[in-house]
Amino acid sequence: MNSTRAPSPTDELELVLALRAGDEDAFTDLVNRYEAAMLQIALAYVPSRAIAEEVVQEAWLGVLHGIERFEQRSQLKTWLMRIVLNRAKRRGSEEARTIPFSVIQPAWNDSGPSVEPGRFRGPSNAWPGHWVSPPSSWSGVPEARLLSGEMFEQVRRALGELPTRQREVITLRDVLGYPAHEVCNVLAISETNQRVLLHRARSRVRAAVERYLEQ
Amino acid sequence: MRHASRELTCQELVELVTEYLEDTLAPSERLRFDAHLRTCPGCTAYIEQMRTTIRVLGKLSEESVSEDARRELLATFRTWKADVAKRDG
Ligand SMILES: [Zn+2]
Repeated sequence: MNSTRAPSPTDELELVLALRAGDEDAFTDLVNRYEAAMLQIALAYVPSRAIAEEVVQEAWLGVLHGIERFEQRSQLKTWLMRIVLNRAKRRGSEEARTIPFSVIQPAWNDSGPSVEPGRFRGPSNAWPGHWVSPPSSWSGVPEARLLSGEMFEQVRRALGELPTRQREVITLRDVLGYPAHEVCNVLAISETNQRVLLHRARSRVRAAVERYLEQ
Repeated sequence: MRHASRELTCQELVELVTEYLEDTLAPSERLRFDAHLRTCPGCTAYIEQMRTTIRVLGKLSEESVSEDARRELLATFRTWKADVAKRDG
């Protein structure tokens, strides 16, 4: 997980000082640590991989121009993530103006149930609220199928269809593996809100994976 | 505690899965949750599916920035460095 690779405060201070001094190794070090995470964050807001890469480039330029003013009070990682988040958001809303609204933001029922109600027995049944068609175990699904390019495509599509807030949270939590408190910090949301958004997002993605595996 | 002793339905359980995985359920809720899982293969499979989904999501981050973008980034760095040197020099 990326979060475990975060440098200690002393490392961070050294990196910042080296970067200010124009040390290319310090820059490469920083890029190696954070570029994958920055790309994932950018992908959460913009419609294509190419645009996400542009956003990451812009963000690094912002980092270089801002490093002189970076204050040690905030964590380096949080600062970097905020920079890419802001650029990606701005770019995302610019793109949204050129693409029909419905493509970007489908009319999801944002507070709907986690699982289609039709999967459960109705109130007149002897076992109301219990599965009609129970989920099946995926333990027999070969790893090659589970982690196939096609699966990733389906999951990406499911992420793309989520409301933005849900996509932000699930990207940071599950794609990037950040702990809950860091996600709350970066997105400035409460623990409860974070959990609700994560729950809805995971439920949608699980349903998409199920549709793909059981089609 | 009449409410706490009532059994959870599957439909209720799926709404609590994230709180279960995050370990934020109240102790009494946790007991009801575990009790349900012990007798319900469908919900046990559901939790396992959710864990698998999270694992698949985690694999998405292995994608990295392209080599071209990498090179461009280094060029950006060198330009920035030259600009700073000019300004300060
Ligand atoms: Zn059940």
